[in-house]
Amino acid sequence: MNARNSDFAILAEGLEKSYREWPVLWNLDLSVPWGESLSLFGANGSGKTTLLRILATSARPDAGTVRIAGYDLRRQTAEVRRRVGVVGHRSYLYDDLTPRENLNYYARLYGVRNRDARIADALERVGLSARANHRVRTLSNGMQRRAAIARAILHQPDVLLLDEPETGLDQDSRQMLGDLLGQWTSEGRSVVLTTHDIELGIAWGRRTAVLTGGKLSFPKGDAETIQMALSGIEPLKSCRQSRAPVEERETHRGQRDQ
Amino acid sequence: MTALLGHMATMVWKDILLELRSRELVISVIVFGLLVVIVFSFAIDPAPGQAKTLAPGILWVAFAFAATLAMNRAFVREQEAGALEGLLVSPVSRDAIFLAKAATSFLFMLLIEAVLLPAYAVMLGFSALSWTLGLTIVLATLGFALIGTLFSALAAQTRSREIMLPVLFFPIVLPVILGAVESTTRAIGGETFVGLGRWLPLIAVFDVVFLVICPWVFSFVVED
Repeated sequence: MNARNSDFAILAEGLEKSYREWPVLWNLDLSVPWGESLSLFGANGSGKTTLLRILATSARPDAGTVRIAGYDLRRQTAEVRRRVGVVGHRSYLYDDLTPRENLNYYARLYGVRNRDARIADALERVGLSARANHRVRTLSNGMQRRAAIARAILHQPDVLLLDEPETGLDQDSRQMLGDLLGQWTSEGRSVVLTTHDIELGIAWGRRTAVLTGGKLSFPKGDAETIQMALSGIEPLKSCRQSRAPVEERETHRGQRDQ
Repeated sequence: MTALLGHMATMVWKDILLELRSRELVISVIVFGLLVVIVFSFAIDPAPGQAKTLAPGILWVAFAFAATLAMNRAFVREQEAGALEGLLVSPVSRDAIFLAKAATSFLFMLLIEAVLLPAYAVMLGFSALSWTLGLTIVLATLGFALIGTLFSALAAQTRSREIMLPVLFFPIVLPVILGAVESTTRAIGGETFVGLGRWLPLIAVFDVVFLVICPWVFSFVVED
């Protein structure tokens, strides 16, 4: 286990992100303690993927601070990247390489020691050992998804970010992923995942959050409570359509700059 | 520095392995290059002695078009399954990503040119056995690879990348092409290094400028 120089695996404060005039994340705060799994719900376009991309360092926030494992996302980007594993919508794998070759490639880039053993372990964890030497393009979508998960856990990151990881997985694979996430957090590492499957999100996440209006709420309770939180969503208006977000933003920025 | 070189070697190895598996880039560009010289031979039909005058221009026009074909693929592979994003969230510096891609393009282009050059020499009637010609090709190809890789990354993010790359590439790489044509004219005329005049240093200067500017610009191109 890595030496941890922070109380939280993830600590985000005042996070903002807009795409041109469209605010996606607005003054968002998030803290994820070590050993916690957080399931993130939200309607399409609510900003779940944007939030994960910011935490993964592939998108820059317009404002706010983020610390991952105590490292500042803007100033210590390389340290953050070493400590984060990402499963995105796409596999990040090369179709003409085998899962083993893909993992070997990423293991070298991440500077993983004892590569062969770690690759074998990652493949074993996702149940892909038998197809490890077949080209990725010959694998089913579910198997490609498993290989993507193996790639994300290969360097044993402190924080695992998964964007709708259940997509394309059959029942057995979902079970496998649930077990893996449980094991991951029991080792003191943290997980943030997004999903549209409320039951699955509740099963996988020790805590649940709903992203709406660019901010997070943390409804406690069952699937019905979360569904209600989701149903109440109103899409954010464009700043051109409504001056209110702009005025609120200016006020907030003024307070922040003081 | 060691980490940068290690990351570069890993990425270059991966690109070579992918090319060996797919065989979609080098062979198709070589076929294109051979077709160009055949078309030129039929279209121009030069008088004896005239071919040698036209050869440098034909050679570098063909090499430049071959480079745009090869460069077009440089980042397409990375984007096919989102692998570029996987690379960007890894602890690999943007400089290493750019330099590895440029090094791969440089190696592939040298391989393509090594196959095409003897064919052009035979068809256009000049001697390819000249070390000054070899040096010209290496330096000009390095310029092509650096600027082509940058614009390939830029073009890969647009819908019309096949059109976008040549539109961006040719105006910027024009000084390298001019220098290469002039240097090649003298090299196949039997001139020594001194005889090449300012053209070879001119290409080298452009290479150094591209080597400094392109990795820096690349980091902005791939950031969200």
